Amino acid sequence: MQHNWPLWEIFIRSKQGLDHKHVGSLHAADAEMAIENARDVYTRRMEGVSIWVVESKYVHASNPDDAGAFYDPANDKVYRHPTFYDLPDELKHM
Amino acid sequence: MSSIDYTLHLADNALILGHRNSEWTGHGPILEQDIALSNIALDLIGQARYLYQYAARQTGKPEVTEDSLAFLRDAWDYRNCLLVEQANGDWGKTILRQFFFSAYQFFFYERLQHSTDNELAAIAEKSLKEVTYHLRWSSEWTIRLGDGTEESNRRMRAAMDQLWKFTGELFIPASYEKIAAAVDLSSIKPLWEERVSEVLLQARLEKPAAGWGQTGGKEGRHTEELGYLLAEMQFLQRAYPGNEW
Repeated sequence: MQHNWPLWEIFIRSKQGLDHKHVGSLHAADAEMAIENARDVYTRRMEGVSIWVVESKYVHASNPDDAGAFYDPANDKVYRHPTFYDLPDELKHM
Repeated sequence: MSSIDYTLHLADNALILGHRNSEWTGHGPILEQDIALSNIALDLIGQARYLYQYAARQTGKPEVTEDSLAFLRDAWDYRNCLLVEQANGDWGKTILRQFFFSAYQFFFYERLQHSTDNELAAIAEKSLKEVTYHLRWSSEWTIRLGDGTEESNRRMRAAMDQLWKFTGELFIPASYEKIAAAVDLSSIKPLWEERVSEVLLQARLEKPAAGWGQTGGKEGRHTEELGYLLAEMQFLQRAYPGNEW
């Protein structure tokens, strides 16, 4: 049975106003069961107020082999960070 | 004030079904459902604890505690209905037993939260949210298995044959259920029948004709199953009285 049920990626919103975060994956026969399984597996210690489930096969990931071409070029582009502005003293948490 | 027997009856229902479900822990058909049923077991045992604590206070005897009520009474003192003590069988039988009982407990607690007994009303109100989920979960599984494969449908029909005869007892009031604080069982019977019919229809399972039903559990006359359950559940306190860990 276990091998027939597809894998689902689970996203939980921990409280109103925050975004859904990936928390893990689980097996379920369909979306409805995936939501209930997520409720039972990932929210039993009050971790969340909302659940998203996405069947894992619909998640497309970048290839680790592309890491060099993808991410290294950003290394020396420090001017992309908005750190060259003079901020007023009143702004504390930037 | 309600009678102690009435409180014990509610507590025993919750504890015995909770214990039955806990027997699945580590043996569920799939990890996720193992956790789901263990959660339900914990919900029920939690309800049982509140009820036993209240029953212990009702006795007025300091030596009576939730633990002594759960672990030191014998089968004839237990007031649970026969349905909840039935052995787990396969996953289908466990699901159907849960569905029949959750449908009952849902409508029961809905009424009990308006009981003249404030303690019972508060416990019912708190437990109702849990039971709402148990009913949803067990309804979906009943439909999934009944309307599933030939094999799963066959197993659900077998479970129906074994369990249906214990459902009538839920609505036959025992002597201690004729108190003012008690839920009027005749008022929830049609609600239960309607909900069960709806789900069985979707599950492509035939509802058996009303017929002979087994009774006696609420008055302490149990099936053989309960003795084995208590032997396992109570072993430690019987062998090592007062032991804590």
